[in-house]
Amino acid sequence: MSYGPKPWHQTQWDWRAAGNFMCGGAGSGLIVFTALSGARGNELRLLVLAGLGLIGLGLLCVWLEIGRPLRATNVFFNPRTSWMSREAIAATLLMPIGLAAAFFVPGLVWVAAAIALAFVFCQSRMLQAAKGVVAWREPRLAPLMIMTGVTEGAGLFWLLATWHGQGAPWLLLLFGVLVLVRVLLWRAWRQRLQAHAAPRALKAIDAAGRTLLFAGTAVPLIAIALAALAAPGGATSAALAATAGLLGFIAGSWFKFTLITRGGFNQGFALTHLPIRGARP
Amino acid sequence: MTRWAMIADLRRCVGCQTCTAACKVTNGTPPGVQWRRVLDMEFGTYPDVQRVFVPVSCQHCDEPACMDVCPTKATRKRADGIVTIDYDLCIGCAYCAVACPYQQRYKSTRPTFAYGEPSESETYHFDEAQLAVATKCTFCVDRIDEGLARGLKPGVDPVATPACVNSCITNALVFGDLNDPDSNVSQLLAQNQHFRMHEDLGTGPGFFYIWDREAA
Repeated sequence: MSYGPKPWHQTQWDWRAAGNFMCGGAGSGLIVFTALSGARGNELRLLVLAGLGLIGLGLLCVWLEIGRPLRATNVFFNPRTSWMSREAIAATLLMPIGLAAAFFVPGLVWVAAAIALAFVFCQSRMLQAAKGVVAWREPRLAPLMIMTGVTEGAGLFWLLATWHGQGAPWLLLLFGVLVLVRVLLWRAWRQRLQAHAAPRALKAIDAAGRTLLFAGTAVPLIAIALAALAAPGGATSAALAATAGLLGFIAGSWFKFTLITRGGFNQGFALTHLPIRGARP
Repeated sequence: MTRWAMIADLRRCVGCQTCTAACKVTNGTPPGVQWRRVLDMEFGTYPDVQRVFVPVSCQHCDEPACMDVCPTKATRKRADGIVTIDYDLCIGCAYCAVACPYQQRYKSTRPTFAYGEPSESETYHFDEAQLAVATKCTFCVDRIDEGLARGLKPGVDPVATPACVNSCITNALVFGDLNDPDSNVSQLLAQNQHFRMHEDLGTGPGFFYIWDREAA
């Protein structure tokens, strides 16, 4: 590898780190949407468990990536400045409260949803604190990461709605709004990258952005509109909502996967002045 | 209060990589891990081109991005400005590696040696504790501490000075106390124009690059 002013891709975080952001965000969003849906009983139980399972799967991905997994509990040592420590604490709080909401006190689902939002907020700030990567440290990424996490969770909620049958029409409308806001936040973030990010990073990000725009936004919005027009509670409506959910989930996850594994370019080394040697002109 | 800092005089560096070799020998870093690197950079287009050799290593920042993100407190900054890693605390999450704007964090997951089997030197330097955790330049902190304990002056007495600085054949690398106005680094910075890498990120590197004499 030749090091110099030309940026290169970070070599430390791979699909396992991406898995944490993909699963953690979607799991958090699913818990938030479950709380909003007012689901109770088995539906609540299984949706919350699915959310917790996704978050746990993301953390498992990270555990597989760290060099010293037997020391994993050291991750809690620096909540004063480290968003990774804060993320771990949020996850640790979320698990028992989520389980309590699922099995004992349904009302706790709102507390679980608040912690899930805190969890995804920590994830968003984790990337922003990574000053070595141009696309990650851009402040506009933080709201985008939160929004994409919640949107993917909402997508999963609607994908699973064919089974659980929950979800009022206004929640489908909310999902549409989230999908729309997500792509707007993506555009705002992408604009800020133009001047600083490496061309190869922009190429990867733009490719994922196109997927987000068409498969993750346009098609789901059309499906949501058609579902709203179809007979409420009918099979067609449910299928359209599920399609919108699936696409919204996959496109957002693909964006995050790309962001970590292909868009993580540093800024290389830079000299603000070249040395003046020998005789002066 | 002492603030240890390093200077690389870009006018003097000839890219011989002796500092790179000295660092590897002193610290026994495995293949692919270079706590000290000298970049060979070209600027301009033919025929108006310039070649610059740029020594880089951990910048021992005032506000280390690696320290803030570290979830374990393995990365710390000493009162004298040297940024250290506690290998027994680090979990090898590599968050510091993606946070460092200077790409100066390394993680080796398995023992590797230059020629397969470890040489005598590699056997001597091998440290299990450095596997699967983050490692980086320490400004040869053990040499500094030992030298200070013996009443020596880092940056002046070679025994108490980082190995890369000792080995530099052109005196391009200089080490000393930034807070001592009479130190070698303070004097050089006062007499020459200098910059720090990626200063806009607010990390406050303790590594300065001299590029020209101070305007008369």
